[in-house]
Amino acid sequence: MTEVSMAKEDVASTADLVVLKSVNKHFGALHVLQDIDLTITRGEVVVVIGPSGSGKSTLCRTINRLETIDSGTISIDGKPLPQEGKELARLRADVGMVFQSFNLFAHKTVLENVTLGQVKVRRADKKKAEERARELLDRVGVGAQADKYPAQLSGGQQQRVAIARALAMDPKVMLFDEPTSALDPEMINEVLEVMQQLARDGMTMIVVTHEMGFARSAANRVVFMADGRIVEEAAPDQFFSNPRSDRARDFLSKILHH
Amino acid sequence: MPAGCAALPERRARGPPHAEAREIVFDFLQGYDLLGAFWVTVQLTLLSAAGSLVWGTVLAAMRVGPVPLMRGFANAYVNIVRNIPLTVVILFTSLGLFQTLSINLGGQRFETINFRLAVLGLVAYTAAFVCEAIRSGINTVPVGQAEAARALGLNFTQALTLVVLPQAFRSVVGPLTNVLIALTKNTTVAAAIGVAEAALLMKEMIENEAQLLLISAIFAFGFVCLTLPTGLILGWVGKKAAVKR
Repeated sequence: MTEVSMAKEDVASTADLVVLKSVNKHFGALHVLQDIDLTITRGEVVVVIGPSGSGKSTLCRTINRLETIDSGTISIDGKPLPQEGKELARLRADVGMVFQSFNLFAHKTVLENVTLGQVKVRRADKKKAEERARELLDRVGVGAQADKYPAQLSGGQQQRVAIARALAMDPKVMLFDEPTSALDPEMINEVLEVMQQLARDGMTMIVVTHEMGFARSAANRVVFMADGRIVEEAAPDQFFSNPRSDRARDFLSKILHH
Repeated sequence: MPAGCAALPERRARGPPHAEAREIVFDFLQGYDLLGAFWVTVQLTLLSAAGSLVWGTVLAAMRVGPVPLMRGFANAYVNIVRNIPLTVVILFTSLGLFQTLSINLGGQRFETINFRLAVLGLVAYTAAFVCEAIRSGINTVPVGQAEAARALGLNFTQALTLVVLPQAFRSVVGPLTNVLIALTKNTTVAAAIGVAEAALLMKEMIENEAQLLLISAIFAFGFVCLTLPTGLILGWVGKKAAVKR
């Protein structure tokens, strides 16, 4: 589609972690994903932006099959996405996901939220899982809240716990579905800082967001979507200073000038 | 005439002025095992409650599960069973299962067999209502909770039992209390197949004694004694268990 993606396809395929090929999806009459081709290499941070209803969240959710696709292929680490069942559960465990509305398990403490997957999916020892959970909670700065319930935490704290919960599974790739969109403005930065740290540590990340600052500072590549298509892919500097498509120019002019 | 009064002269002397009158009023109760009958009611209630909670939960799991055959079965089961009068269900266990198909549920004596058949009928019937209560509870759990569970790699059963059902149960303590109170009173239908619980004793007393109003009042009071604390305790439990969001 663009030079960037062409160049990526030429790289040895072992470096490709997530590969989407001519993916299509409909919601009834609405064609939400139209011939999406996207390749994400190991360690890459890809930020997906675009107007609402452009299909970016849906794209993010198809990667761990929370949304099924109508045609095309999605493969992760060389393996195509399996059908619903054991195989899919195993694959999902390798793909961390952070939701817009946090989705922490409301009836479990913060610590239990972070140990649940380790114990029930990875079959880790409970003690070790708790050690790892506390270490991760410290890393995202909410170690002191370990024994509280999600409802007792602020939105920013909840989202950081959600990141720790996903990290506890040692995922190969992390999906962020508008992780800061449900947060009060003063809490957005604490979450973005954790994400920036993750990016610096070399985590492969696909981030759907409206945070242009994050896209500029942490992304290797910006993917701009509109009306179910990938309209433009470019390095952040190039995209923000010199967008090639009219659609992207129009979008940026609406969000950057105030 | 009151034999008890004559036998207890000292008590009469020390007691309140109308003690004799009260003893005469309740005199006809002698010879009836009221507590024993209510104990059978309690046993019927507890066993049926436990059974219908388990079966109802399984049915609810089937109704929200991914297997079309199970969904269809649970759907049909609930819609058929909850629309049949309980009397018919209970009579079927005796006439259909026991007398026609010789299913005695491991019992030898008639009392044991009828008791077990009554529990089976009550479980089968009440489970349909438990299932619907739990399913409405599942609907109160935000979709994101199940999505987060699946995204972690939990399979369907794990997501249901570890994340969705625990939250669903907490939100339906109230409706389940209603089902339990209804069940307590529904155990009286077991009298239809001769289980010696409270209602059967009441019928016997009404046939043999003259104090009809008093008998009704005594049994009504007995059931209120069983159900009122249930409602109060579970109301408190429901408040304690509620999930904060």
